[in-house]
Amino acid sequence: MDTIKKDALLSVRHLTVEYTSEGEVIHAVNDVSFDLEKGKTIGLVGETGAGKTSIAKAILRILPEPPARVKTGEIWFEGRELLGLKEEEMRKIRGKNISMIFQDPMTALNPIMRIGKQIAEVIRLHEKCSKAQAVQKAKEMLEMVGIPGERYYEYPHQFSGGMKQRVVIAMALACAPDLLLADEPTTALDVTIQAQVLDMINELKERLNTSMVMITHDLGVVAQVCDSVAVVYAGEIMEYGTKEQIFDHPLYPYTKGLFGSLPDMNDDAERLSPIEGLPPNPADLPKGCAFHPRCPYATEACKQAHIPLTDMGGGHLCRCCRVSEIAKEGT
Amino acid sequence: MEVPMIEVRHLKKYFDTPKGLLHAVDDVSFKIGKGKTMGVVGESGCGKSTLGRTIIHLLESTDGQIFLNGEDITHVNRKKMHEINEKMQIVFQDPYSSLNPRQTVEEIIKEPLKLSGRYKTRAELNAKTEELMGLVGIDERLRLAYPHELDGGRRQRVGIARALALSPDFIVCDEPVSALDVSIQAQVLNLLQDLQQQRGLTYMFVTHDLSVVRHISDDICVMYLGQLVETAPAKELFAAPLHPYTKALLSAIPSTDIHSKQERIRLKGEITSPIDPKPGCRFAARCPYACENCRKLQELQELMPNHFVSCCRAKEINGL
Amino acid sequence: MRKTNDVMHRRRKEGQFAQVMHRLRKNKAAMLGLSIVLVLIVLAILSPWIMPYDYTKMDIKNKYATPSADHWFGCDELGRDIFSRLLYGSRASLSLGLLATLLSTAIGVVLGSVVGYFGGKVDTVIMRLLDIFQAIPGMLLSIAISAALGSGFGNTIIALSIGGVPMTVRLLRGSILTVRKQEYIEAAEKINCSKLRIITSHILPNAIAPLIVSVTMGIGNTILQAACLSYIGLGVQPPTPEWGAMLSAGKSVITRYPHLCIFPGLCIMVIVLSFNMLGDGLRDAMDPKLKN
Repeated sequence: MDTIKKDALLSVRHLTVEYTSEGEVIHAVNDVSFDLEKGKTIGLVGETGAGKTSIAKAILRILPEPPARVKTGEIWFEGRELLGLKEEEMRKIRGKNISMIFQDPMTALNPIMRIGKQIAEVIRLHEKCSKAQAVQKAKEMLEMVGIPGERYYEYPHQFSGGMKQRVVIAMALACAPDLLLADEPTTALDVTIQAQVLDMINELKERLNTSMVMITHDLGVVAQVCDSVAVVYAGEIMEYGTKEQIFDHPLYPYTKGLFGSLPDMNDDAERLSPIEGLPPNPADLPKGCAFHPRCPYATEACKQAHIPLTDMGGGHLCRCCRVSEIAKEGT
Repeated sequence: MEVPMIEVRHLKKYFDTPKGLLHAVDDVSFKIGKGKTMGVVGESGCGKSTLGRTIIHLLESTDGQIFLNGEDITHVNRKKMHEINEKMQIVFQDPYSSLNPRQTVEEIIKEPLKLSGRYKTRAELNAKTEELMGLVGIDERLRLAYPHELDGGRRQRVGIARALALSPDFIVCDEPVSALDVSIQAQVLNLLQDLQQQRGLTYMFVTHDLSVVRHISDDICVMYLGQLVETAPAKELFAAPLHPYTKALLSAIPSTDIHSKQERIRLKGEITSPIDPKPGCRFAARCPYACENCRKLQELQELMPNHFVSCCRAKEINGL
Repeated sequence: MRKTNDVMHRRRKEGQFAQVMHRLRKNKAAMLGLSIVLVLIVLAILSPWIMPYDYTKMDIKNKYATPSADHWFGCDELGRDIFSRLLYGSRASLSLGLLATLLSTAIGVVLGSVVGYFGGKVDTVIMRLLDIFQAIPGMLLSIAISAALGSGFGNTIIALSIGGVPMTVRLLRGSILTVRKQEYIEAAEKINCSKLRIITSHILPNAIAPLIVSVTMGIGNTILQAACLSYIGLGVQPPTPEWGAMLSAGKSVITRYPHLCIFPGLCIMVIVLSFNMLGDGLRDAMDPKLKN
């Protein structure tokens, strides 16, 4: 993954992010690389503290620095390297070319500003247009996410959680960005509302040909919206492949464990098979493979050297030295 | 017939709010058999947590009856309350706010033991505390840790140990795994199942996570805005949901099966608040099958053995 | 995990006080404040033995003497050594400040717990009464009570403490209302905790932190108020030296002999500042969620 793909909209290379807290160095993101093509969606899957959000924030360059620091890496977006850009240039890109949806819609909106005005303001900030045009456009955006345009003049507290999240999405899409970073956009929502929002995201993506980085812990959500999947554990991509590759033939033991931890709707297993133990402390990552203390297949070799991502065929990457042996054991 | 562990009849819990009377739980009736798990599902604001809290008397019921082991416990005095508390406990959703941050793990688990007065000597107390910690899988070395020093899964285990301390028969699990990561969630679910088997516990499992509820429940109640819309054995409910809301709810679960195309029933509109609601089915406003009759009070009717639905058109819709 | 490793090596319970002190030790300003407070308390206790002159001894020759090697801070209008008077006066000032705050806190905690935990009518009645009290400026209230009760040590303490009660109750009530909603309070009810036990071992330990901070800062304020009372002739009466009274005595000659005012003023400033720095540090140290 060292060469930059020509047709990729976004290419992240060797991204490493550290946080320094009271003398400790927390390795949040470790040497992460991936590509995203125009119009496609990549899912970053992992547990709390795996570093998913840090990756997205690093792309948008909104990491709190300090304590955070991008140690190494390159982020190529439409032929430009973002980490080297000046802050003013970056500001133009944010919101216009790349925008982000946060997990909690309640905190993303200004409670004392009319819903529509908040969208119009984003539009006016990035596009040369008159006030009337911006208002018109904001109303269109509201309609697009299924909220009647006349609710432009209402305040956030008059909206339900699902509607607020849709407003946030409308705001993020207002300038037709090329890339959307969605950080657990439906986690705070109810199932039926989540279904509505996911449907809407899928529709909009198709209509506007937007690329998306979907951060989630929910494999169901990944199955609904993503084209490719990167499984993130302890700040590293452990497995990467198309949705079909990951869901049909998960290779990495952690990925398998994630599927095993989910109660299956079509299977009547009496007990779940969870992953034993706890995620590692990012300030004190285990040597070798970060997953080895919890891995049922771990051997001495896993504890020694750092294991590289290897192509297991068809672009299905996996960071495990025992992959082929485990596959045999399984059969 | 065997006496159910818990039975509620026409249970109501209303809250007086500045905007009007909030019907959080409205005329709910069901039974939970001994050693069984009743899953209660619904979306936020449907009253499922309120229902659990009302049953174990954390909230006072507005109307209706609650039976524990055949005994009417709807209205009790303080002495009786103490007895009931030894039989019914609760495990909370939030592993952060459910443990006193100023108490150590040991103190939290030991407190109910001490207050019960069942253990005469300090040695007995310590032995029982250790036993409980072992039971829920908390390392003895964490005895003196404070809650904020533990991760969510361990904290939830401490909460479970506290609930088990008085050896209750019935435990309300109020979204006990919702705040946990998937891998940890599975660990806690397994623990709850093991404990049920070992001790013959009866659970009321309140959650919004449908795959979890299917996995752990024997029977399921589906609630919508304070009303019980459907109740059936877990497998049957998932195989053949009869109420339009249950159908929509089940079809909305994002499936991890990427090959079979999911047919979603799209619901229009939002969940409204159950403040001063009109009589009749509260789902009618979003229901694709709504008709004039839906505005009248709906009766829970048994359409299939042990499968109750509160919908006047259920028969017709499902071709029964 | 790092956090868990630490607690695994813990041999005995690390109490709340130990934890707070551990964190407080890292805060330089707070430690400075604490040291000054402790030094002043020790000096106040030892003052009869360590003061260079008798604080009542008059010496007309040294009337208004400026600071010198013999009289470090100079002498006052009756030729009394200001340094000795300040040393001895710290007894009155500190004990007034500490005792009055203690009294108002004690009343405040009891009332605050009752209104915060039980709510309802009790809450409405007590809070409205306190509203009336709070409508009167604190200083004015102290002056009125002091004037009504008469001067003297005990009466001054009462006068100073009453004014602080409404604030304490309000603060505690607020934080109790937050703590009361926590699920561990419900859990405590369900394990048959008595109401008293719920208040004392579950609610107060978690609700008291902001109060301790404000009380610490309040001590400085109370000392200042005590000084004000003395300044206008109420409060502690001569010949007992008290910092505020000394300040008051010097005011008429401040242009010619400023040292009569400067030194008591400095003392008041230092003690108020020290308590404030300590309170500020306590606020950070008392948050249990902060790392060690």
